[in-house]
Amino acid sequence: MKDKQLSVSAIKEGTVIDHIPAPALFKVVSILKLDTLDTMITIGNSLGSSKLGKKGIIKLSNVFFKDDEINKISLVAPSAKLNIIREYDVVEKRVVEIPDEIFGLVKCVNPKCITNNEKVNTRFDVVSKSDVKLKCHYCEKITDQDNFDIL
Amino acid sequence: MKNKSLVSITDFTKEEYLRILELAAEFEAKPRQDILKGYVISTLFFEPSTRTRLSFETAINGLGGRVIGFSDSGATSASKGETLHDTIKMVSNYADLIVMRHPLEGAARLASEVSSVPIVNAGDGANQHPTQTLLDMYSILKTQGRLENQKIFMVGDLKYGRTVHSLLQAMSLFNPTFYFISPEELKMPATYKLHLEKMGLNFHEGKDLIQFLPEADIIYMTRVQQERFTDPIEYERVKNAYILRRDMLKDCKETMKVLHPLPRVNEIHTDVDSSPHAYYFDQARNGVYVRMAILSAILGVK
Repeated sequence: MKDKQLSVSAIKEGTVIDHIPAPALFKVVSILKLDTLDTMITIGNSLGSSKLGKKGIIKLSNVFFKDDEINKISLVAPSAKLNIIREYDVVEKRVVEIPDEIFGLVKCVNPKCITNNEKVNTRFDVVSKSDVKLKCHYCEKITDQDNFDIL
Repeated sequence: MKNKSLVSITDFTKEEYLRILELAAEFEAKPRQDILKGYVISTLFFEPSTRTRLSFETAINGLGGRVIGFSDSGATSASKGETLHDTIKMVSNYADLIVMRHPLEGAARLASEVSSVPIVNAGDGANQHPTQTLLDMYSILKTQGRLENQKIFMVGDLKYGRTVHSLLQAMSLFNPTFYFISPEELKMPATYKLHLEKMGLNFHEGKDLIQFLPEADIIYMTRVQQERFTDPIEYERVKNAYILRRDMLKDCKETMKVLHPLPRVNEIHTDVDSSPHAYYFDQARNGVYVRMAILSAILGVK
């Protein structure tokens, strides 16, 4: 078991984001703005996973997320799991949760919405979390998860 | 309500609805008052709407206020590519309150976030038209003597008709029973029916509801527009099925009133106009008093 994990090196302190669906990996990178960090990051993608088929994994040294930060990835990677690492040990496991409000990230499905016609950030109230439904703060129309167009 | 924007009907509480309706009755009794003297109100109509604009401007003039604005964005800097954001920023320097109509949905909400003065939404695309809802409520209150426990029939385009959606949301605070009559393609969307279920309210749906018209307190008619149909043959088939004729009203309650947001095309036969049940033209006049009430409450002069 340990040998298999060595293909992606272990970290001493930090966060491992595991079980990211492979197609969502780079969206997670961009949502969390990982390209702006200068800490050590290991990214693996299309790794075998019994649950997801192919999964992505991100290991971040010395990075710890606040809940509202990490919850932003819930729209693209609801299955993601977080392992918080201290001294090479997993000290805490967390799942991502869909927040009550979403700022930016998703495009409103309504072509007549002001957010699709003028430079203004999208904003949604999450009206359903199991089958994710977002209600646009501006045009009040519902965007559901089949129609997510991640910005 | 002072300095509060009215963008969506749900922005106001039940108490605020009732306060507006109470003020509207005061203005109906005394429609000429100089309480807006010295105030400048801007009416920005990015798409034309003669009826709504005239109603607002009549209300403002009746209270002694002044109006600046435009009735067609073709004649403004919006046609030069100015953003809504910038137009609102500029106009909020000049006016005490902005009344706006815009073809894009959510435009009024955005305006309320960038404006330094309150915004009253006079229609944003197919989304909201809250002053229409309040005048509909005023018409119900005035003709029925109360808002509670009304049996309200909604007929026609219940899918895209913003007036029926907003009226449903507002009236759901007053224990109504709704009856929905529409073509299959234009049925009341599930989200509004879910809202009623959550509120524990009764509603009925189906074409055969016509037989229950004698129980109605209010029949709210809307226009079935051809462009809503993907299949033109389907439109031809249903267009005459949703026309209200005088003989259909013969067993109705004496107090029952027919409302319509106007403009009417053919969905209410002209033979209804002379019936004591017809109320749609009076309804339009009520709009002036209700808009007087909204403007003076938001400007804090009442």
